[in-house]
Amino acid sequence: MQIPLVDYLVLGDEPYLQANECTNCGARFFGRRNACAHCGHREFKPVRVSDTGTLRTFSIVYRAAPTIPTPYVSAIVLTDDGTSVRSNLINIEPDPAKITLGMKVKLDTYVVGTDDDGQEAVAFGYAPV
Amino acid sequence: MAQDIWVLGTHMTAFGRYPDQDAVDLAAAAALGALDDGGVTISDMDLLSCGTLFQANAGMGQQVQKQIGQTGIPVYNVSNACATGATALRTVIMAIRAGEADMGLAIGVEQMGKMGLLAGGARKEKNVYEPSGRFGAVMPIDGILGTDTMPGVFAQAGMEYANDNDGVGFEQFAKVAQKNHAHSTLNPLAQYQKEFSLEEVMGSPMQSYPNTLLMCCPTGDGAAACVLVGEERFATLSREQQSRAVKISASVLTTDPYVESGAMQPDVNTLTRNAAQTAYEQAGVSPEDLSLVELHDCFATAELIHYDNLGLCEPGGAGDFIDRGAPWRDGDTPVNVSGGLISKGHPIGATGVANVYEVATHLRGEAGDRQIEGANVGLAHVIGLGSSCGVHILEKSGIS
Ligand SMILES: [Zn+2]
Repeated sequence: MQIPLVDYLVLGDEPYLQANECTNCGARFFGRRNACAHCGHREFKPVRVSDTGTLRTFSIVYRAAPTIPTPYVSAIVLTDDGTSVRSNLINIEPDPAKITLGMKVKLDTYVVGTDDDGQEAVAFGYAPV
Repeated sequence: MAQDIWVLGTHMTAFGRYPDQDAVDLAAAAALGALDDGGVTISDMDLLSCGTLFQANAGMGQQVQKQIGQTGIPVYNVSNACATGATALRTVIMAIRAGEADMGLAIGVEQMGKMGLLAGGARKEKNVYEPSGRFGAVMPIDGILGTDTMPGVFAQAGMEYANDNDGVGFEQFAKVAQKNHAHSTLNPLAQYQKEFSLEEVMGSPMQSYPNTLLMCCPTGDGAAACVLVGEERFATLSREQQSRAVKISASVLTTDPYVESGAMQPDVNTLTRNAAQTAYEQAGVSPEDLSLVELHDCFATAELIHYDNLGLCEPGGAGDFIDRGAPWRDGDTPVNVSGGLISKGHPIGATGVANVYEVATHLRGEAGDRQIEGANVGLAHVIGLGSSCGVHILEKSGIS
């Protein structure tokens, strides 16, 4: 059994991120919204977000809460369909010389933990293309 | 027409660690200092606003009254992240402008001790995964889906600027911290007063690339206070009080308007730009007129992007601005001559009042070794994630 880390990650043969898109202005949000933060409209439709994008910004985090393994690369990715996503960069050395702003990346998933019932939590990250 | 508002008295405690005092002691010391400085007493105050973040539900303003005078005036306890102090000031300013008060006391205080890293919650894996919260998360996402740590969030804000503009990188960010540590050696109120070379700044332990330890503000304790007065009451004061008073020519608070990426990466730029633009219009001054600026350098990466947000440099030119030494105390626009949050310290609730104290002290010509000569107009900026931005522009009295 697998469960997504967050409800906007849709698992399957080809996992993808699903956003709530405002039916009035097209603004996209992860997680539920009571009304659109951009225009105040109250109707949303689920949309599939492009799984490729570019690295907008990053930080290599060395100091974090004690239970979080470091260093890791925190990133904001701008997907090819113009949606900002917060995640980690994966399959890359945490070395500023290896990470280039604007580099092409692609969504990938991995198992991040297993609970007492044997259920696996699946997280997503972005890997260099 | 709204009344002009003046800072009549102001005081700050040295920032640092006070294991033998509590936040009430610190706030009371700042409040009494500001009253004495203004030549007034608690009986002259029509209201009190007290800002603190980590003790926001403690009734801090009323606790302070027990130490400095229970006169029965209204107290507003405020909390607004790192803009808490600026919000306390604005509460008093709005009350005076509304005609409900002639004179009021604004206090900012925080006692943090050695809190260490401000970050998201520690990860506690449940035994059985169950989605919860607005993202239906089965465990805390900090460290898996990006970072909630403050050094990391502000690192990303800086690296985004580096992505969009040429000539900005690790070295430019490090130069900001080198400058603020150097400035702090002249400020006896600063938590740290030690100079470091650029190599030492860049070589200190990496917290969140590109922010090293010496590029991050410390946690600490401290308080600051201002007595504010409206122009009608101001006109009745003594010549000496009037000549030392400092005019508040702009007072602005903004929040972050919607931007596409804002839910993923807090936007610290747009609300600062909006606040600055409104403040310059209110005051009728432009960035070139500023004798000094105290801005919110919680991290070196933050200070650099605010050069641009506050219009201190050409658009996109923050890297060049620091490279040519413009924000040093002998440069075009001295920035954070107090040492800034990085070296003066950042007891969160106190910061937005302490910045006004610093600017006011220079405008009065009373800043001692760190005095910027001939200072006649200055700007104080704070930003709290979430987000809120406070900008105050102050002007020398002109009455002698
Ligand atoms: Zn909308």
